[in-house]
Amino acid sequence: MASTAAAHGDESTWDGGSSPMGASYGKLMMWFFLMSDAFTFSALLITYGLVRSSHQAYVGAVNAFKFSQSYWPIPEKVFESVPFLEGVSLPLVFVGIMTFILIMSSVTMVLAVEAGHRMDRAAVEKWMLWTLLGGIAFLSCQAWEWTHFIHGAHHGDAVAEGTTFFGANLVHNQYGPSDFAAFFFFITGFHGFHVFSGVCLNFLIYFNTVTGVYERRGHYEMVEKVGLYWHFVDLVWVFVFTFFYLV
Amino acid sequence: MAHSEHETHVTVLPPDREKIKKLWTVAGYLGLITAVEFIIAFTMGHGPLKTAIFIGLTIVKAAYIVGEFMHLRYEAKVLFWSILIPLIFVVWMLVAFVYEGMAIGLVRH
Repeated sequence: MASTAAAHGDESTWDGGSSPMGASYGKLMMWFFLMSDAFTFSALLITYGLVRSSHQAYVGAVNAFKFSQSYWPIPEKVFESVPFLEGVSLPLVFVGIMTFILIMSSVTMVLAVEAGHRMDRAAVEKWMLWTLLGGIAFLSCQAWEWTHFIHGAHHGDAVAEGTTFFGANLVHNQYGPSDFAAFFFFITGFHGFHVFSGVCLNFLIYFNTVTGVYERRGHYEMVEKVGLYWHFVDLVWVFVFTFFYLV
Repeated sequence: MAHSEHETHVTVLPPDREKIKKLWTVAGYLGLITAVEFIIAFTMGHGPLKTAIFIGLTIVKAAYIVGEFMHLRYEAKVLFWSILIPLIFVVWMLVAFVYEGMAIGLVRH
């Protein structure tokens, strides 16, 4: 403790009591956990890059694009559906909505952290509820996206040549090479699992805030630590969005 | 409410308007960059330049999220660099593996 150190005056750092890197134990460990998690996600995304660059790319006009096993699909032709607007081509619109939802829930999280610094329990409760809502909305969108990806498009021209396979599983898919669907499931699935864990942790934080645990403890550092995790989930989505949906 | 008896011991500080405004500004930038990415996605032909622009904009977004939302910019310098420097390995891995993938592609096709 800083106060203990001040009372004696002649100790060195080796006597303990000071936080390395000026961060609390929990925050520092959260940062290092997130580092390791960043490497895991990097490995997944880079493997996607390796496999994608080893396949032939589609050359030709975007409008003339047809699904084929012989080249990698262009994402805006795979992800062009929006709920309730079946058959209307709205490329990347739904995934844009999902990105917006996740960014907004990151903002509400950081506002909850800000409220925690001020010991404002009511505001922490309010912003945690919004964050939870954002997380659940994102997961619901992803559930729809997966269902649509697995069942496939309904138009006849969406069938890969030489097969009558609709949709996707880990072996076959109508969109392109088998690895394409495998990576979709692994990367968005691993990210979705992180969002799910984040929603559970956020609920825990909300519950503890409502029951006054942090108020009795005298600080809202747990909100900050779980906040770091939640922002990281948003950060990973930014990369998934670019490398899986845009490039 | 059941928990109102605790509130008497706690001093609730007023909202830091400046900080909150800054957070919303950062959110605005993130939304704006995403909108720009959308425009580029549908107005530019596929190619290395487009990929480079997307990667650049993604790094800007990542910097805002990590720097402002995760507060890393304001942490001790030693923590800041402990997080940033190891990411060199990711960059190296990306370059090496994508290069390798293109080489595999050349052999295959």
